[in-house]
Amino acid sequence: MIARELELDLDAFEGPFDLLLTLVLKDELAPADVDVAAIVVAFVERLAERDELDLDACGEFLVLVASLLELKARGLFPDEEAELADLEPEEAAEELARRLAEYRRIKEAAGWLAQRLERESDRFFRLGPAPLAPAAERPLAAQDPAQLAAALRGLAVEPPAVSLAHMGLRFPPVAQFLERFRALLRRRQRFSFDAEVEGLSRVEQAVAFLALLELAKVDEVALAQPVPFAPIQVARRRQQESAHERERRPAWIAHSA
Amino acid sequence: MDRPLRLISASPVDRLARVLEGMLVVAAQPLPVEELAAAADDDPERIETALGLLRERYREGRSGIVLERVAGGYAFRAAREAAPACGRLFERPVQRGLSQAALETLAIVAYLGPCSRPQIASIRGVAADSAVAGLIERGLIAEAGRENVGGAVRYRTTALFERVFALESTAELPRLEELGADAEEIRERLYAVAEKRPA
Repeated sequence: MIARELELDLDAFEGPFDLLLTLVLKDELAPADVDVAAIVVAFVERLAERDELDLDACGEFLVLVASLLELKARGLFPDEEAELADLEPEEAAEELARRLAEYRRIKEAAGWLAQRLERESDRFFRLGPAPLAPAAERPLAAQDPAQLAAALRGLAVEPPAVSLAHMGLRFPPVAQFLERFRALLRRRQRFSFDAEVEGLSRVEQAVAFLALLELAKVDEVALAQPVPFAPIQVARRRQQESAHERERRPAWIAHSA
Repeated sequence: MDRPLRLISASPVDRLARVLEGMLVVAAQPLPVEELAAAADDDPERIETALGLLRERYREGRSGIVLERVAGGYAFRAAREAAPACGRLFERPVQRGLSQAALETLAIVAYLGPCSRPQIASIRGVAADSAVAGLIERGLIAEAGRENVGGAVRYRTTALFERVFALESTAELPRLEELGADAEEIRERLYAVAEKRPA
């Protein structure tokens, strides 16, 4: 068993233990939100499922969970650098007394607030969002009626008729190019796609390219392009071979062997 | 019909007072003198004088509306006389009492703020998350930036806190040094406990 891979299901986190540690170290998960006791219980349950005691896993787990606990403690008490343990007994007592006195004063202040709240409990006042500040005025430049008329005249012109030419585009069927390329490949081993579609319209070129992709998909052709935007080279693959060629192949192999 | 019209004072300060009165009745937050002066386009000293007139006019026992100096500005509130009736009609800003944890957290933020949750927790000795969340929900504290880039969020008290506790500012809180037992007494008690403990 590897402690790091221990699967956890906590309120703040669900997943393997090492991911939790990673998130804590990256400050994406607050150590204070992590229920360390639940992690320990999960580990002990996993241990209990096995007959033998895995000392390596236990040791690793102890180290990891101790670090996590230390991070959590530091997160809660970041000013605790002057650890009481590092101080001389008298200094420690002094520090403890200072903290207790501080807390005592805060407690007294809380009491003062409670009394004040009680005394002022009959205060009613208007609450709510403040009315919005007025929007800043944006002064317009002095207006000339003739200019306004000119601007309107520009708008009143009949708009140009919208061309619907693109709606009438007819796409040649992909099958047309499939047949054309297959016929070409029966005659030639390879050809240049760019040379073949040269002179065709943009749409036809696009459909031809679709046909080429279709052929490549069914493994009839192999495509090659030395660098981006270079002419595409199309080469025939085996499937394109005629039945006659297929019959001949084994004999040829045997012969060459 | 023939009753003579009541004379409306034409003194400039009276006129200014009426303008301020109008702004204060629209406002939902206390308005600082500087803000009133800018809006009324008048001198802050004259604003103070006019506000003095208004405070005299709107005081407990004389009017159902009371003008008070609170949370760094001036605001109207209902007179205490009207409180029971208001209580039947409106919710108080802090309707339910604050828990001891909430009061202590509020005291820490009011005295030591802006301060972060870990700082609050280190003084109280327990996590302050739920107390802080509750105080934010009640609008008594609000976020006030971070300790440093990516550090813990810090909190401060709000203007509502000062209004609810009827404070002109947090400077009106009793001085922290004057509160609670002094460190000397606690120190002596600690030593007494330490001496009793077997070495």
